[in-house]
Amino acid sequence: MSRAGRIGETVLSVEGVSLAFGGVNALQDVSFDVREHEVRAIIGPNGAGKSSMLNVINGVYHPQHGTIRLRANGAWKEFHDMDPHEAASMGIARTFQNIALFKGMSVLDNVMTGRNLKMRTSFLEQAIWIGRARREELEHRRAAEEVIDFMEIQHIRKTPVGRLPYGLQKRVDLGRALAMEPQVLLLDEPMAGMNVEEKQDMSRFILDVNDEYGTTIVLIEHDMGVVMDISDRVVVLDYGRKIADGTPDEVRADQAVIDAYLGVAH
Amino acid sequence: MLYREAGQFKSTYAEDQQIFPIRQDRIALALLLLFAFVVVPMFADEYWLSAIIVPFLIFSLAALGLNILTGYAGQLSLGTAAFMAVGAFMAYNFVLRLPWLGIIPSFILAGLCAALVGIVFGLPSLRIKGFYLAVATLACQFFVLWAIQRWGWITNNSATGVITAQEVEILGYEFSSPASKYLLTLGIVAVMALLAKNLMRSETGRAFMAVRDMDVAASVIGIPMMKTKLLAFAISSFYCGIAGALYAYTYLGTVEPEAFTLDLSFRILFMIIIGGVGSILGSFLGAAFITLLPIFLNRLFGLISHGFDLEISHAIVSNIELMIFGGLIIFFLIVEPHGLARLWQITKEKLRLWPFPH
Amino acid sequence: MTDLSFFFEVLIGGLLAGIMYSLVALGFVLIYKASGVFNFAQGAMVFFAALTFVSVVKMGVNFWLALLITLAVMVVLGVSIEKIVLRPLVNQPPITLFMATIGLTFVLEGLSQIVWGSQPHALELGIPDVPMAWLLDTANINISQFDLFASGIAAVLVAALAIFFQYTRIGRALRAVADDHQAAQAVGIPLKHIWAIVWAVAGFVALVAGLMWGARNGVQYALTFIALKALPVLILGGFESIPGAIIGGLIVGASEKLAEVYIGPMVGGGIESWFAYVIALLFLLVRPQGLFGEKIIDRV
Repeated sequence: MSRAGRIGETVLSVEGVSLAFGGVNALQDVSFDVREHEVRAIIGPNGAGKSSMLNVINGVYHPQHGTIRLRANGAWKEFHDMDPHEAASMGIARTFQNIALFKGMSVLDNVMTGRNLKMRTSFLEQAIWIGRARREELEHRRAAEEVIDFMEIQHIRKTPVGRLPYGLQKRVDLGRALAMEPQVLLLDEPMAGMNVEEKQDMSRFILDVNDEYGTTIVLIEHDMGVVMDISDRVVVLDYGRKIADGTPDEVRADQAVIDAYLGVAH
Repeated sequence: MLYREAGQFKSTYAEDQQIFPIRQDRIALALLLLFAFVVVPMFADEYWLSAIIVPFLIFSLAALGLNILTGYAGQLSLGTAAFMAVGAFMAYNFVLRLPWLGIIPSFILAGLCAALVGIVFGLPSLRIKGFYLAVATLACQFFVLWAIQRWGWITNNSATGVITAQEVEILGYEFSSPASKYLLTLGIVAVMALLAKNLMRSETGRAFMAVRDMDVAASVIGIPMMKTKLLAFAISSFYCGIAGALYAYTYLGTVEPEAFTLDLSFRILFMIIIGGVGSILGSFLGAAFITLLPIFLNRLFGLISHGFDLEISHAIVSNIELMIFGGLIIFFLIVEPHGLARLWQITKEKLRLWPFPH
Repeated sequence: MTDLSFFFEVLIGGLLAGIMYSLVALGFVLIYKASGVFNFAQGAMVFFAALTFVSVVKMGVNFWLALLITLAVMVVLGVSIEKIVLRPLVNQPPITLFMATIGLTFVLEGLSQIVWGSQPHALELGIPDVPMAWLLDTANINISQFDLFASGIAAVLVAALAIFFQYTRIGRALRAVADDHQAAQAVGIPLKHIWAIVWAVAGFVALVAGLMWGARNGVQYALTFIALKALPVLILGGFESIPGAIIGGLIVGASEKLAEVYIGPMVGGGIESWFAYVIALLFLLVRPQGLFGEKIIDRV
């Protein structure tokens, strides 16, 4: 079945978002939508506001204008000033450009933290460690191990993440986000700093996530080849504004996009 | 070759989750507990029991409490002694005014009072980080001591602010001998250490460490900042409160507010730095080190002054002690920031090969 | 004596006491500004400076010579601290450095008392702690001559430091290092020299503070914990601002005294022990960067 056939209705909608820091406009009146099960790329020259856009979607930054609408559990929720952890509870997970892993913990523990929202036992039960607490820990351990298998990091599961090479850290970062079983996964430059082989591996992982779990993916990426290969639709930002929106082919041929990347004055 | 895990395979996640997955560790622990609960009270002399081992256990518990807050959850606290004071004085009040409660429930209630104070002074941690938070805990430290000295009902209107802890009596049995006080303290500390270990291994512990390592990322994963930080303060203060109650009832006897000054808070902080932050074992190692060092130094200087016929004043010895404490802190921070606990881990690693060189 | 003149007496007394705190806070600001380290041992340095000076004078040395000797000792101390304690820890997180300075405090305390003994000493600077006669006569306000003198010294010191930082080459280099170590190195600023200079100057500031405090309260062990009072001063004034240290000190000193006199009796007195910290705490909740600090934005 072609991937296009699986793409569903709109699940996330960014409407008229504007964000400014002090006097600097990071985003100006940006609107686009994301459909269920698709891979949506956000691209643009440096400083275009791509990371800021992701940060707005998951609540790290609060836009001065505009809203985000998310379809969660069948109902539409509208918000413009939620917390990151509210975003997480609504099914939005993300990875970071600078790998925000918990350096003091092992790979397994890092992935397990992704299961936090699904754990219900109280700290008292955990302290006494009988019955429910034990069973819950084991159940989530199993789920975490599935993610670890999927990301092919079994061999380093007990290693403290601080000791891992960059490429593996990126994989753990993705694994931790996956452990949340998110509806929408935001990936902030997942291939930054990787060589060709690592990029191929990561692309494979991202596509597998989309195929097997049906997760909707929004990713920021600089490598045009990767973007063209794996995304279904692309949004192009430049100086905080949206300048193009469509399939990879449409966007590639768009004059405004070409101008932006070539630095033509506009 | 003794210390090898060869042949010990874990085939279920449950087995992998154990606190001591290696059989040799389990045996060692069983022997240690046997030694502590049976051999020590039979053979240890009373001075050692009441003046050294009991305070060591009490400080281990307080260090454990501080470790939960500062080592695992990354919230720096300079108010440990204040939480102990709350535990001590509130335990006194509960035993005094509600004698039908019994000692253990009184201790638990006292711990809960300490937890409450911890939550109140932990509220600033929601907006303040790092060593700015130290200011909040300093405020707590000074305020609590002032309150204990000014609010008469806490000390039952004692003119000097000094209280005398009552006799410990559980189910009709009086814990008055050094051996019985030791066993009571050991029992409480052992149980609480187990609870702490379980807690730090499970999701609560992971949430604490996540907040410590990178709180923005923790938030993004869905870990609730406020609940997690306040829970850390509450649990930590509870532990320190119980340690304080034990301090009053099984060690000091006569308790004055001056026993809980900033100096004590620093001492406990030193215990976790030297012992190892973020480690349950480290709390015990650090407490042992700091409790035993003065004794060791005293003996050493006693020998030196006898051997060389020198007069070394007590003041000089205690100042040298200060310098050594300070020097060790700096040394550990430079050389092994994870303290004695890490050194112990490294030793165990070497033991896997011993007696072979490689 | 009228209520109003009493109020002024307390207020001005508090302000002047606050200046004394500022003197200690200045040392903190210097080191924090240049190296990002919160030097908890500043109080111990103040104590060490005062004790050294007093002991040298007691040995019969002339006042000014003793001053020079102590200054030399403080400079050597400062440079050694930078080299032995801070350089090995240069890339550690700030909390580690802070804890190292706590350890340093204890080392300095122990050392001071081993070398010079542990009895309290009196320090004579020649300015008596008596009320200013004309103020007492005309306005019935009791303000100590000594306190005014200390404020004068503090004002001179602040002016000197401010000029140093703004207008000299070294001052500029210090500010560059404070901003970004690596960039500063990239333009050829010798980091190690700079840090040595900073600690030496901090040692000098500690000496001035030590002299003032020692003359006022006698040189004794408790001086080390002045460092703790400097903390609320720094929170109010910001950790990196020299004028902030003065203003923070004024606010802390004044509010402490006023609170003790006016609120104290209602709750049993002695609130000076914690009032400043609670003020600092409340302030942090509202404005975590202090009056003069820069807002920190968490970038992800």
